[in-house]
Amino acid sequence: MTTHRVVLDAGGQAPLLPAAREAFLAALDEGWADPRRLHSEGRRARALLDGAREAIAAAVGARTEEVDLAPSHTAALQTAVSTVALGRRRVGADVVVSAVERAAVLHAADFAAARGGGSRVTVGVDRTGRVDDEAFAAAVTAPGVALAALQHANGEVGTLQPVEAAHAAARAAGVPLLVDAGASLGHVAVGGAWDVLAANPADWGSPAGIGVLVTRAGVRRSPDRPSDEDRWFPGGVAVPAALAAAVGLEAALADRDAADAERRALVGRLRERVPQDVPDVDVAGPDGPRLPHVLTFSLLYVDGEAIVTALDEAGFAVGSGSACTSSTLEPSHVLAAMGVLTHGNVRIALARGTSAEDVERFADTLPPLVGRIRAALGATNL
Amino acid sequence: MTGDAVLVDARGLVCPAPVIALARAARALPEGSRLLVLATDPAAAVDVPAWARMRGHTVAGAATTKQDDGELLELTVVLGPAPGPGARPAGVS
Repeated sequence: MTTHRVVLDAGGQAPLLPAAREAFLAALDEGWADPRRLHSEGRRARALLDGAREAIAAAVGARTEEVDLAPSHTAALQTAVSTVALGRRRVGADVVVSAVERAAVLHAADFAAARGGGSRVTVGVDRTGRVDDEAFAAAVTAPGVALAALQHANGEVGTLQPVEAAHAAARAAGVPLLVDAGASLGHVAVGGAWDVLAANPADWGSPAGIGVLVTRAGVRRSPDRPSDEDRWFPGGVAVPAALAAAVGLEAALADRDAADAERRALVGRLRERVPQDVPDVDVAGPDGPRLPHVLTFSLLYVDGEAIVTALDEAGFAVGSGSACTSSTLEPSHVLAAMGVLTHGNVRIALARGTSAEDVERFADTLPPLVGRIRAALGATNL
Repeated sequence: MTGDAVLVDARGLVCPAPVIALARAARALPEGSRLLVLATDPAAAVDVPAWARMRGHTVAGAATTKQDDGELLELTVVLGPAPGPGARPAGVS
């Protein structure tokens, strides 16, 4: 193992931002108490929690009372789908989603639709992973739709979705739109084309254990769990995680544009070098509107687990959407929906501050590793 | 229709082995040849068409049959003019 590690797998959990880490540690001392208690210690914890919600609300252009904190991004998405579907059960039980939503959204849509006797309506994507906006508009306009969900951007391949067109269509149909900004907030401007917004603090470099759900006043939702003082997320959340989420978001937004330019240039460099230096690469995602830090490509005749392991041994942490890398036999549903090669998949999400030297070194390291794996599989001259 | 197709039995193989088996079988065949791929790996449903696109071949048919232990995929590939491996950039999807 090399001692110099290069983390190119920052999606979903980025290396911690220093400001977020410091806020977390400070809140362990200042905000350890139960924020439901009325004594000074409890009130101090409550003040930190409320401050965190207020700061997050300001960052996404919402009112503080519209922000709920969840124990995870998955919990935020599941609760959003389930409670809004329940709140609108008199209108219908269908849930419209794109084919490339996060698994948590797809599973929650199946769950909520089945509970109400409706269906999950899945709208396909093109080869770049972008949802068909006309088909999406038609689907939300159909009768009996409880809610629609469209991610702001796909975290696996980086594609930005047409959320403004989807929101306009949903609004015209009177259907609330859930926008999963779990791969976007902190990296690109998310805008205001949503009725319900979910975001993932871990993705922008705050510690895990917290999620953000913002619900515009006027969106009808009903609790789907036993009652609790924290109505939507029973039991509440950890105060240090909440404070670190808010402080991390402020830090991420403060240098968002600079980080965008730097990382977009590095991804552009990889996008150019990898297909040049490695034969038979299927690059996924658009050249156009995309996240600045995400790049995914698939290597023909390569086992995904083998390339992830080989890169790890060479000092590089990367992700993969190949079936061969996990216990599941199913490959990434995102790559499958796009029709991109699913084996030999390498998923890169650059952390802030990734150096150009490390990216060039990655591009130098990759070709011989791929050659070795192909040779071992007898996949040469094919 | 399957009578004149070259059979590639990739049942039981997991990714990327089915596509490698297909590419091996296709290597010596002329343009217009048909290959029938049998596979049980769910990834093959995406990866065989993706390979065909990268190599300039066509998928002429695809069928899925439920089995006790999963699904059986049957894909028919028609070979295009062979540029040889690596001769064309796989390109950006």
